[in-house]
Amino acid sequence: MLRSRWTKAAVFLLCLVPAAWLGWRAWNGDLTPNPIEYITHFTGDWAIRLVVVTLAVTPLRKLLHLPDLIRFRRMLGLFAFFYASLHFATWFGLDKYFDLHEILADFVKRWFIFAGLAAFLSMLPLAVTSTKGWIRRMGGKRWQLLHRLIYFTAIAAVVHYYWLVKSDIRLPALYGSLVAILLAYRVGAWWSARRRAASAQGGKQAQMTAR
Amino acid sequence: MLIKKPADIPYSEVTPKALYLNRRTFLTGIPAAFLGARALRANTKLPNLAKSPLSTSEKENTYNDVTHYNNYYEFGTGKDQPVDLAKNFKTDPWTVSVEGEVAKPRKYSLDEIMKVAPLEERIYRHRCVEGWSIVVPWAGYSLSELLKQVQPTSKAKFVAFESYYDLKQMPAARYAGIPLPYLEGLRLDEAMHPLAMLTVGMYGETLPPQDGAPVRLTVPWKYGFKSAKSLVKIRLVEKQPPNTWNISSPQEYGFYSNVNPNVDHPRWSQATERRLGELRRRPTLMFNGYDQVASLYTGMDLKKLY
Repeated sequence: MLRSRWTKAAVFLLCLVPAAWLGWRAWNGDLTPNPIEYITHFTGDWAIRLVVVTLAVTPLRKLLHLPDLIRFRRMLGLFAFFYASLHFATWFGLDKYFDLHEILADFVKRWFIFAGLAAFLSMLPLAVTSTKGWIRRMGGKRWQLLHRLIYFTAIAAVVHYYWLVKSDIRLPALYGSLVAILLAYRVGAWWSARRRAASAQGGKQAQMTAR
Repeated sequence: MLIKKPADIPYSEVTPKALYLNRRTFLTGIPAAFLGARALRANTKLPNLAKSPLSTSEKENTYNDVTHYNNYYEFGTGKDQPVDLAKNFKTDPWTVSVEGEVAKPRKYSLDEIMKVAPLEERIYRHRCVEGWSIVVPWAGYSLSELLKQVQPTSKAKFVAFESYYDLKQMPAARYAGIPLPYLEGLRLDEAMHPLAMLTVGMYGETLPPQDGAPVRLTVPWKYGFKSAKSLVKIRLVEKQPPNTWNISSPQEYGFYSNVNPNVDHPRWSQATERRLGELRRRPTLMFNGYDQVASLYTGMDLKKLY
């Protein structure tokens, strides 16, 4: 089922549901008494959720033995970028009204804005190089190395959220724990792969001496 | 034949004269008792509110804005939560204890609170530390009216306020992330300023729970968090009392917390604000435009005492 073209289309549509929901509420004038704040929070929430979901693809493939999940990773990552772009554009355009002076002041003075911008900018090269052409041009190894930048994106996004809330840290703590678990999985996987390689090496050497 | 008819009413059922005459006092008591009992409920009409010269002529926000966008952490940290989570908040019976350095400490019932002074409608600007603002027609009177009744002693220098707190009625308060009950404070001269208001209503009605029913503080030249909701205790004290947000993050929230476009919050600029209902930000005014309080702060460095 995971290989079907329809599943991919379904995931695509599913990722668009939040945007459609936001559009529907906007159409009905139902964006709370502070629409700009609502849109900012809504798009930011979905950006960080999709970053977490994208990071979860690799561990889930391995743990659930569903290698075909890889088919959705690029799309999920690009949707994370899509919502992050909406989030950024809302802040830049609707909230600050393209006032570069105030934006620059925010950028240097407010740590949470700095972290948010860092998270967003770190997604740019990943979005640009997400095509097959770029994988070919860069070579798989280098491409993979670059795309580990999403680890930084995830951490910066969590820090951005944590620095932003006033006192109720439940949600940033939740996303922080999820990101920590997903990154810990990679460290664990890397560590056990290294040990396996080392013991395989050791085994070979033992064979050599025995010979 | 003479048939004796019984009297229509036996004498035992005739109302004694004293009681009969008392009827009038009873009748005159009805409106007060009626208002007293009804006033304990949210959204009771408050008739005959006097207009106040302290009102702004700016356009009021809609009732919907003011009741669906609330910072009341005891009822959830989301601004859309208090309207639901405070729905069944019990404000009857209610007592406000006014105590401390006063000649006549007293426990006020809500009925008594409503009658300390004639209720006025005052349309005030309200600026939140988060950078949004609203214009609200409050109903109440100057806090000084209440303070004068209890007669502060010469030792009284500050006024400490405490909000109602009960996890049974406010289960979401567990996740507020700030120490509760909610505490606030004013210097005595600030509290005595005619603009500082004890508020029992808005939009011509008693307060709805999410806006701080049944009685709250309104200090329009300070950031909104200074205007403590659902007051149960007002204590006159000698030393500067603690206030919740200052305990929670002292580098972000001070004691005075006057609206000041020149002193940024560490995480955002205070130079501008968004009036709910407007798209563009507007410049924030010193003391939220209430220049008449400036003399309270002569000689003070408001950058340091933010």
